[in-house]
Amino acid sequence: MNEKKERSIKNREIYRRILRLIQPYRHLLILSLIFAVVSVVLTLYAPVLTGRGIDLVIGKGNVDFDGLRPILVRFALVVAATALAQWLMNLCNNKITYHVVKDIRTQAFEHLEELPLRYIDSLQYGEIISRVVADVDQFSDGLLMGFSQLFTGIITIFGTLGFMLGINVAITVFVVVMTPMSLFVASFIARRTFSMFRAQSEARAAMTGLVDEMVGNQKIVKAFSYEKEAEQRFQDINEKLRTSSLKAIFFSSLTNPSTRFVNNLVSTGVAIIGAVMAIRGRLTVGQLSCFVSYANQYTKPFNEISGVATEFQNAVVCAGRVFDLIDETPQAPDAPDALALTPERVDGSVELENVAFSYKKNAPLIQNLSLNVKPGQRIAIVGPTGCGKTTMINLLMRFYDVDAGEIRVSGYPIKSLTRDSLRRNYGMVLQETWLKAGTVAENIAYGKLDASREEIIQAAKEAHAHGFISRMPDGYDTQISESGGNLSQGQKQLLCIARVMLCLPPMLILDEATSSIDTRTEIRIQKAFARMMQGRTSFIVAHRLSTIKEADVILVMKDGHIIEQGNHETLLAEGGFYAELYNSQFARSV
Amino acid sequence: MRQGWVKKIMFKLKRYLRKYKKESVIAPMFKMLEACFELLTPLVMARIVDVGIRDRDMGYIMMMCAVMVAFGVFGLLCSATAQYFAAKAATGFGTALREDLFRHVNSFSYTELDMIGTSTLVTRLTSDINQVQAGVNLLLRLFLRSPFIVVGAVVMAFVVNARLAWIFVVLVPVLSLVIYGIMLATIPLYKKVQNRLDVVLRLTRESLAGARVVRAFSRQEDEIQDFREESEGLMHMQLLVGKISALLNPATYVIINAAILVVLWLGGGTVYSGELTQGGLIALINYMTQVLLALLALSMLIVSVTKASASAGRINDVFSQASGMKEGGSETDIREGEMKVSFRHVDFAYKGGKNALTDIRMEVKRGQTIGIIGGTGSGKSTVVNLIPRFYDASAGEVLVDGVDVREYPFSRLRGNIGIVPQNAVLFAGTIRENMQWGKKGASDDEIYRALEIAQAKEFVEAKPDGLETMVLQGGKNFSGGQRQRLTIARALVGEPEILILDDSASALDFATDAKLRRAIAAQTRGMTVFIVSQRAASIKDADQILVLDDGRQVGLGTHRELLETCGVYHEICMSQFSEKELEKS
Repeated sequence: MNEKKERSIKNREIYRRILRLIQPYRHLLILSLIFAVVSVVLTLYAPVLTGRGIDLVIGKGNVDFDGLRPILVRFALVVAATALAQWLMNLCNNKITYHVVKDIRTQAFEHLEELPLRYIDSLQYGEIISRVVADVDQFSDGLLMGFSQLFTGIITIFGTLGFMLGINVAITVFVVVMTPMSLFVASFIARRTFSMFRAQSEARAAMTGLVDEMVGNQKIVKAFSYEKEAEQRFQDINEKLRTSSLKAIFFSSLTNPSTRFVNNLVSTGVAIIGAVMAIRGRLTVGQLSCFVSYANQYTKPFNEISGVATEFQNAVVCAGRVFDLIDETPQAPDAPDALALTPERVDGSVELENVAFSYKKNAPLIQNLSLNVKPGQRIAIVGPTGCGKTTMINLLMRFYDVDAGEIRVSGYPIKSLTRDSLRRNYGMVLQETWLKAGTVAENIAYGKLDASREEIIQAAKEAHAHGFISRMPDGYDTQISESGGNLSQGQKQLLCIARVMLCLPPMLILDEATSSIDTRTEIRIQKAFARMMQGRTSFIVAHRLSTIKEADVILVMKDGHIIEQGNHETLLAEGGFYAELYNSQFARSV
Repeated sequence: MRQGWVKKIMFKLKRYLRKYKKESVIAPMFKMLEACFELLTPLVMARIVDVGIRDRDMGYIMMMCAVMVAFGVFGLLCSATAQYFAAKAATGFGTALREDLFRHVNSFSYTELDMIGTSTLVTRLTSDINQVQAGVNLLLRLFLRSPFIVVGAVVMAFVVNARLAWIFVVLVPVLSLVIYGIMLATIPLYKKVQNRLDVVLRLTRESLAGARVVRAFSRQEDEIQDFREESEGLMHMQLLVGKISALLNPATYVIINAAILVVLWLGGGTVYSGELTQGGLIALINYMTQVLLALLALSMLIVSVTKASASAGRINDVFSQASGMKEGGSETDIREGEMKVSFRHVDFAYKGGKNALTDIRMEVKRGQTIGIIGGTGSGKSTVVNLIPRFYDASAGEVLVDGVDVREYPFSRLRGNIGIVPQNAVLFAGTIRENMQWGKKGASDDEIYRALEIAQAKEFVEAKPDGLETMVLQGGKNFSGGQRQRLTIARALVGEPEILILDDSASALDFATDAKLRRAIAAQTRGMTVFIVSQRAASIKDADQILVLDDGRQVGLGTHRELLETCGVYHEICMSQFSEKELEKS
């Protein structure tokens, strides 16, 4: 009960926000409403005119042509005006919907750029993407349907009611009493089919799951000769899917014929009562034909509204999800008096003092970490995969804020600096190479928009990337597809290096992981790294022993903790985890 | 032209309806029967006006109304019958098609899987088939019904009054032209909208995946600007489509009412001369509405059938791809020789590509450990993929136990080979079920032994449910290193004669990697082991090391020998070990 109440409060909040989004387009909304009223009223007026026309065409030798002519002229005008109003209403609705959708989508994206990485990292990309793309799309469909059908539907119901009352009260009462029947039938079927649809979607989900596993990993299925078992399991689920689909499809497809049947019953009732009245002279034949058409028009919105209502509810849920994203607390803004870390302020020194950090509240990761890095020193971070080496990068570049303690760059606490200027002083090459869809040159110049072509080529040369770039079909103007699909892993990494090479900030963060890169390219990357590091403070997620041994400080991490700190000789002498790691490289395996 | 293409594709899949011949005839038949009742109703209405009201005959009116209700009941029954048989045929069709496609996919060799890609196979097996199934259902119900109503209404109009019926003959083509004209104009535009939406999706994904880089270079504002432009472009496209499709309702409304106007005007004259009754006039107007509704339904149907036939085309593409690999016979004569695996002058090329392997020559004795090293794309994985015959060599031969792999039945060959693939994939189910992939019905003892060798026993035992622990799809609830060790154990459960580790220790730290190799060497005597690796440390103790460079065999021998003789191997070691370590080894 309480939960229901909460949800309704939340829904009301969502409605309010949707209204606020529509606010800028209220003049269009008013226009749309006016056109809706005009088109509905005129649509309903047309049968009155045809009815009158029919009444003038009574039988052989009994046709009032003089009366018919002005009625038909008026009919033509009404039809033309209706069509125009309908069209204009549609245009208004389109305009409102698509503008609102664009606004909400842009707002969501803008917010995305301000969300802390802690939030982005905690969700799967697919989830956020589906909010910005699919949910917003669903919302737009629902909104458009709501505007175009809910409005006109409601106006139609009241309009027909008014017109029918104007013609004959008794038949109107009959129609009004009978309509709930068709609603009742529709909702009866809908309720019955709901559980069948759930069974179907469950079977479908099981099917997708199995197919995803067995076909997605078909190579492993083959390797273990598991094809027969897979087919067996597939057949079982397939059979379940067949029975549940049959039920769901059949019963749900009964909705239309059933409601149509009920509507026919209503029309028949109208015909009987109408005919009786016509015989008594209380109704003309034209009015009767007009009534039958009204009875149909009156019930139609009822049948549609339940569909529109579910669609609209769905849209509200989707809007709610998008709002949730937009409401997510953005990162704390830079302090108002934050300093920009300009080149003259940077000397390349980094100090960490009693730093504590954790991703989850109850699982402390880094505690009491202190480190003093002098300008130009090399810091190697080592440890098994998944030990939290990226945590260090997150803290240094202030993608995440420390829980306690302080990080200082060139003597300035990083919280007192603007984030942008801090990050600009770091050159970062990560293992997951990220490139944008665009040309090679655009990607290299990502950090320095105004770079000239000469500068770009120079940077590429220094990153040993010039060679393969010039061999590409359009050289520096070659289009890179999304996430660099047409480049090898090594080439992507070289481009990322060139990107940093162009800016050459005073401090570097490098990830040395080079799995899936061939030896030749790897040697090139190493050379490029070495050139970059000259005279720069560098933090290296190190994989090569040679790099590690040349480092001024080695941070040994395990399970997220920094467990040892020192240089190669002192750590070996300690005989701890590092020593074990180092020796295991050359442990005899036989 | 395009229609013919659509038909051809649907035609190919028609055989799946063969088992439902009865249903696929009955469904449209009953649908048409229902349409007949619907077509007759306006005539009954006309009789009420012309006879009942004119003669003030209450009994007649009641009778006609009873007839109308009876028509309604029959219509409902026919419709329900039709829906049932259509649903039965369609779901039966979908089920048979799905099963056949799944079996077909199972018959593919790696070559076909590479070519088509497994992710698209998944969508074809799920959403594409659903789409086609829905199309078949709709087709059975509406394909005959709508044209039938249109034609029927015209015929009925002729029955009512031949002269006025000519208005229908003009009306039907004009209406169709307008409806399909608008449809044809919007369909390509909808595709453009979809493309724009894809760009929006790409930008969102890019911006999420690159969140760190974007922020590192402080380019947030530019990303927002790009997105805003694309979002606006999408909106303009949507507005354009909206403008055109907004024409549909008003245009058909105008046309149908213009026709009613003409009927009324000309009808006046006809009634005056006594050719037509008042009730007949009402019936004609009712038929007009029926024509409009039927044509609109048909246009919807065409949209869904076009979608379904696109899916059907994608499904047919899969069917037209036959496996290029023939399984060997069951009678193979295994010679228990000293050589377990031999490569004799083996060349291999991926379909349509240049040689990925050239002249590989290698003799492997029973119980030996073979290291395979080289850069990415040098062909390491390809070499080991030839042993279980995932691919066929394009020249030369690969022998297992002295017999060409092409002569084995797949299950016999692969049953003796344990494979640990590069990406560690586990399946939804318990750990035990996953382990039993390696050997059906393996006992817990066997499983624990394998887990122990794979250095996985410790963390499995630490789980409260042990072997009963549930593995989520893709093994998401285990770390990368744990997953890798579990996949290694899975391959070991069957105690295969040949074990292939395809770069499968990359997520393990050096210490665990070393322990694992030591355990395999110590506890699996007689097992022939192939280790593919990027790390020289992982393979340097192997009995033989195969060094590959760009698909060519540039060295074969022990670590010591290769350091002296093989330039590429020396280069690799130099990049990974320091001088001192090289000397020490």
